[in-house]
Amino acid sequence: MTEPLLSVRDLRVSFAMDEGLVRAVDGTSFDVMPGQVLGVVGESGCGKSVTMRAVLQLVERPGRITSGTIRFRRRDNAGTVDLATLAPRGAEMRDIRGAEIALIPQEPMAAFSPVHTVGDQIIEAILLHGHRWQERGRKLSRAEARAITIGLFRDVGISMPEQRVDAYSWQLSGGLRQRAMIAMALSCKPRLLIADEPTTAIDVTTQAQVLALLRDLQARYDTAIIFITHDLGVIAQMASYVVVMYLGRVMEEGPVDEIFHAPKHPYTKALLRSIPSLYGETRVALPVISGALPHPFNRPPGCPFHPRCPDAFARCPTAVPSLQPVAAGQLASCFLHHDVAEPA
Amino acid sequence: MSDVLLEVRGLQKFFPIARGFFQRVVGHVRAVDGVDFTLKEGETLGLVGESGCGKTTASRCILRAIDPTGGQIRYRTRKGKVVDLATLPATELLPLRAEIQMIFQDPFGSLNPRMNLLDNVGEPLLVNGLKNRRERADRVAELLRLVGLRPEYMHRFPHAFSGGQRQRIGIARALATNPRLVVADEPVSALDVSIQAQVLNLLLELQARLKLTFLFVAHDLSVVRHISDRIAVMYVGQLVELAPTAELFRQPQHPYTAALMRAVPVADPRVRTADGILGGEVPSPAAPPPGCYFHPRCRHATERCRVEAPALREVAPGHFSRCHFAGTMKF
Repeated sequence: MTEPLLSVRDLRVSFAMDEGLVRAVDGTSFDVMPGQVLGVVGESGCGKSVTMRAVLQLVERPGRITSGTIRFRRRDNAGTVDLATLAPRGAEMRDIRGAEIALIPQEPMAAFSPVHTVGDQIIEAILLHGHRWQERGRKLSRAEARAITIGLFRDVGISMPEQRVDAYSWQLSGGLRQRAMIAMALSCKPRLLIADEPTTAIDVTTQAQVLALLRDLQARYDTAIIFITHDLGVIAQMASYVVVMYLGRVMEEGPVDEIFHAPKHPYTKALLRSIPSLYGETRVALPVISGALPHPFNRPPGCPFHPRCPDAFARCPTAVPSLQPVAAGQLASCFLHHDVAEPA
Repeated sequence: MSDVLLEVRGLQKFFPIARGFFQRVVGHVRAVDGVDFTLKEGETLGLVGESGCGKTTASRCILRAIDPTGGQIRYRTRKGKVVDLATLPATELLPLRAEIQMIFQDPFGSLNPRMNLLDNVGEPLLVNGLKNRRERADRVAELLRLVGLRPEYMHRFPHAFSGGQRQRIGIARALATNPRLVVADEPVSALDVSIQAQVLNLLLELQARLKLTFLFVAHDLSVVRHISDRIAVMYVGQLVELAPTAELFRQPQHPYTAALMRAVPVADPRVRTADGILGGEVPSPAAPPPGCYFHPRCRHATERCRVEAPALREVAPGHFSRCHFAGTMKF
């Protein structure tokens, strides 16, 4: 069996606010295999973005990784390292961030600096991690970095790359800007790409183009991708393995087909029922998940989903169910399927 | 026909582009340039399109939040008189404001954070002459109950509510004056999946109960499909197709509509999204291409499309399309 590229175990991230402690990520575990597209789905506040920021050691104060391990297998058989123990600004983390694990952020407008050309920003990243492109000992020249950038632009389908490289981000359309962002993320040939809602801010026909591009690049470079989104349609079309999160915990995970066709957790089932499809009956009441997402200062005891769960029973408010195998390759944290609780 | 509430004909809205020291007008952004539809009483018309297609501008023209450049917006008032909202003077427009209301997209930006719910929801009542505070409180309590909120919340401020609850507050405010026509501009796109379904259900329920007519503006095709009786598709300021919902999905008569449907990712891993992804980008409404605006991205485009602009025509009963080949080709 192949070893995972990234293995997160019992990760906890909390934010100490004046009003109290927000446990944004509360015991999350998952693995990413080399070359796999892992979909992470959940509603706002479920901790999906904070988890990924923790992987990159980019959690902003007052947030802090309080426990758990993030084991990442480094390039060239250099062994595994626990990212959670690295200093956020230390040399090793800086060597990994951007070069081995890259991020495609949600809002490409905010991610690029408006006062530098997009080309300059990508060239800077390439020069910073220059040894990825050159044999040992020789420094990469700026002209070479520029040529690499133009090549990347061509790869991600930007027309007239020689001109676009000198454009500012605000001169590009939403789709082009997101393509430039993808080019930047790929600039150091990362082994793991974290795409945080990469198509949420763009239109549906452009989204289709960007998704096709990501799928194509994934196949070509064999990069593992963690794809974060709230859109179940995007997950179904992109991911091979899915993690469903709610209030900082993994509710269910499994191969994409099982998640969509044989979901085990009541939250996954409810989520799938509540979306209007392009095929179902129209103008009828949709099945809803009752209630609202709890306020982060006001986490329910026991299973976080129990106040909204149609199948909750006496045990649910008293203990936190742990993530256990419930079917072939499928795990769920629900007492309906097993009776293993997290240690109190 | 007597049951037509709103009839929009040749609606146009141009924004001038000013350049240089003297702010000389050098061109126009044709944000809306050719929108025609009718809206029957009690029905929901979905207006879809990508950002920049003019759907919001068109809906703002109907509300007369902005003045249209050209065209007619014929509206039948509660008293049965047909008026043209596009040219109606302000004094005659004012009494009609209560009849046409709006639900906004952003539930965080559309409520005044310094007003409690009583004042936020009661504001349209105050403006329309309900000066007595006790009567206003009674009406607000009734409205809050109507949208599924507890009347006791009336003295709380918007920050105490979640996105879904705020959207309910926005709906209560829109319904305060007993409107007949409600323009909802992306009312669920800022909400989480589980909350979105609750708000869609509420809108359907309120429509049935209060005999409301909805103009539902959105970019999400599956949401629009779920709520609309008929759907109008816009592209670069023009209405390109209009048909009853089932008919539109069964047989789209415009290549853009078909491409839009194919672009929606299906929430089922066993159904792979069909090929035929639309290449290129939406042209600028300041400099649209000649002929059919869609021809540079259309895989069926011919020489005729590059030269001759198609008109919106009825290709089947109630099914309109702005394509030369509608009715003769399967898209």
